[in-house]
Amino acid sequence: MIQPKTVAFLGAAGLTLALLAASRSGPVPTLLLGVLVVLGAVPVYLRRSFSAAPVEGGGPGDDNTALRETPVELSSGGSSRREALKRLSMGGAALAIPAAVGAPTVIDMWKAKASDGPATGPSGRTRQWGMIIDLRRCDGCQSQGTAPQCTLACIEGHFAPEPMEWIEAYEAEMAGGGTQFIPTPCQQCQNPPCVSVCPVTATFSTPEGTVLIDQDRCIGCRMCMAACPYDRRFFNWGDPPIPPEAMLADYSVEHQAPAKKGTVMKCDFCPEMARAGTLPYCVQACPNDAIYYGDLEEDIATNGREVVAFSTYIADNNSYRLKEELGTQPRVHYIPGHGELVGRDRFTEGRIATRWPWVERVKGAVTWRR
Amino acid sequence: MAALTTWESTLKERALAPTQASGRLYTAWLAGLGLVVAWGFVAYIYQWRNGLYATDMRDRISWGLYISAFVFFIGISHAGTLISAILRASNAGWRSPITRIAESITVVSLISGALFVIVDMGRPDRLYQFWLNGNWQSPLMWDMMAITIYLTASVVYLYVPMIPDLAMFRDNLEGRVSRFQMWLYQSLAIGWDNNETQRRSLAKSITVLMVLIIPIAVSVHTVVSWIFAMTLRVSWNSTIFGFFFVSGAIYSGVATLIIVLAVMRRIYHLEEYITPTHFKYLSYLLATMSLVMIYGNASEYITKGFKMTEEDRFAFEQLFAGDFASMYWFYFFGGLVLPALIVAFKPTRTIVGVVIASVFVDIAMFIERYFIVVAGLRVPTMPYEPSSYSPTWVEWSILASGFAGFMLLLTLFARFFPILAVWEMTEERTSDQTSQHDRELEPAP
Repeated sequence: MIQPKTVAFLGAAGLTLALLAASRSGPVPTLLLGVLVVLGAVPVYLRRSFSAAPVEGGGPGDDNTALRETPVELSSGGSSRREALKRLSMGGAALAIPAAVGAPTVIDMWKAKASDGPATGPSGRTRQWGMIIDLRRCDGCQSQGTAPQCTLACIEGHFAPEPMEWIEAYEAEMAGGGTQFIPTPCQQCQNPPCVSVCPVTATFSTPEGTVLIDQDRCIGCRMCMAACPYDRRFFNWGDPPIPPEAMLADYSVEHQAPAKKGTVMKCDFCPEMARAGTLPYCVQACPNDAIYYGDLEEDIATNGREVVAFSTYIADNNSYRLKEELGTQPRVHYIPGHGELVGRDRFTEGRIATRWPWVERVKGAVTWRR
Repeated sequence: MAALTTWESTLKERALAPTQASGRLYTAWLAGLGLVVAWGFVAYIYQWRNGLYATDMRDRISWGLYISAFVFFIGISHAGTLISAILRASNAGWRSPITRIAESITVVSLISGALFVIVDMGRPDRLYQFWLNGNWQSPLMWDMMAITIYLTASVVYLYVPMIPDLAMFRDNLEGRVSRFQMWLYQSLAIGWDNNETQRRSLAKSITVLMVLIIPIAVSVHTVVSWIFAMTLRVSWNSTIFGFFFVSGAIYSGVATLIIVLAVMRRIYHLEEYITPTHFKYLSYLLATMSLVMIYGNASEYITKGFKMTEEDRFAFEQLFAGDFASMYWFYFFGGLVLPALIVAFKPTRTIVGVVIASVFVDIAMFIERYFIVVAGLRVPTMPYEPSSYSPTWVEWSILASGFAGFMLLLTLFARFFPILAVWEMTEERTSDQTSQHDRELEPAP
């Protein structure tokens, strides 16, 4: 005879198992569930103990009787013992399953999204992308009479919504007066503060050493924006202003287009460009060849004109990384500049504004200030 | 014994009365709150359609009023469960008339607080991702877990000591309330008929819950502070944050409890049970917490201000002399010093005085949450002009709706559930008079 209680129990157990199996983060819901079950057990315990026969007379002397009388229901006959065993084994299964399905989620997803797996060098080892930015050659394109062209090319290539500048040329004061332009893409930290704080693993580190964001998973909590010490994350506050052709892009976690309302975006280090054998938009666009892109594993970097050995080049030129003391271990190296070769025209007020070429063409799009 | 019976029946009548609450003012109160809540929904629909563009949050100040409200509400949730559990654990006899109200504040404010996180999300439609792809490394995940556990624990902790009173409702309200309500009391009372076994199980359960709930409550606000302290932002980079947030939570929690007690005392005529002594004791707790907060401020700002690194200098200037100076000094003098002074002097330590102090505390603590979030994010991390933030009508509307919802839920709780722990109060009274049953109610060793 099947008891309604048994049905309910099996149903609950089945539902729990199904949820756990569907979950890729086994330990988290298991722990949560455990605590909730413990807390929920209190009213259940009360309900049971209330319906037990009241003790005659009551009082402290009768403690033993009370204790002996309550468990009678439980120990009557072998069937309930078998039931108990069954329940125990179910419990065991509930604990074992998440361990089996709780495999690392990040790598799974990366493998599923990137068609060919990580890019490998001639040695067969995984590429480790890095960047060198030679500030001696950067004048923020002021001598060209345009906004920084790395920024412009990046915007066009990625359909980055206004006002996002995934690579932004900050203008920093120099100790001896004057200013210095510092083109800043996402620093691709090897100890990324943004990745640790993302509650749903929407932002993650890849085997190639870059940090990506899955636009299909981001919940828009903006915890990563609070965590990023480089101000390199951007949020789609409204319907992002993107050109119609962006909608044709077959979304991949590697290039983020088309942008979606309510999610976080940033520089993705152009891994799909690198895999196709070409250089990122910013590197291609720089008129002064200030940006080098390369592979730490093969120890090589290029600005499209010359090829250098990554490690020697950064060592010989006293390179530094932004906020190195934070321990984020960025993959972007800077060669300090001094503003002598190509400085900012001090007699020009302000800078030439960055333009997003398609804004006029997008119907009903909104833009916002940074 | 006759005196006791009269006392008991008066108490019962007082406890049952709120279920019959009516009158023009009462209806107007409910309707007014309902309207504000509805207006908040309108604002939220507007935000849903336009995205968070409807707010004034932007990339550089990416959290604002919503997150402040979230921290504030989670803070005042400490009014109940923590305070009532501590008072229960320390066996403070005077607690029994106020515990139920305190515990209900906890549940209601947790619901309001948790909703603000969802309102702040860019993609609330993807909430299920927490379950599917949760990252145990994230402080936000810890927070989600801590709040879920705390909410469950608070509901259970509100419910379990309420069972005998629900049974009392079941036995006394036949014919006076709707059939649905009777069914509700009938099922929630789970067959309580006040026999010895039941009393022993209940005492045991309450003890277990009480012991569980104190660390849960402390962990919740610690984890809330870690959302901020686990980032590389200079104003949030502080080891004292957990302690600071928990103290602030208890501080604003006590203040809220005082205000709610004063209002309910007045409206439901509970003067006989919620006495000036309660306000006196609670005000002592308030003053103590204000001193703890002053100490926390000193410890936090003097150690950083002495060294005054480049980024700290910016944070200090905007907090103590810049855009946030009026907020900070109101918080410090109006919210920390003034309440302590009001409590310190006997002529001002009246119910009215203590309630005024509490109102100041609550306003100041909301402001503190606001400047911790907004001023903390405003400190530039790279060479750019500091951003600005002033909440839009959408944000103010949703905030107002959050507060209205909080009050509405409390009013509804008082309407449908016993707001006085009648059985505990009776027991207290009985043990005072006969002091015989006292031992039996202790949990078995």
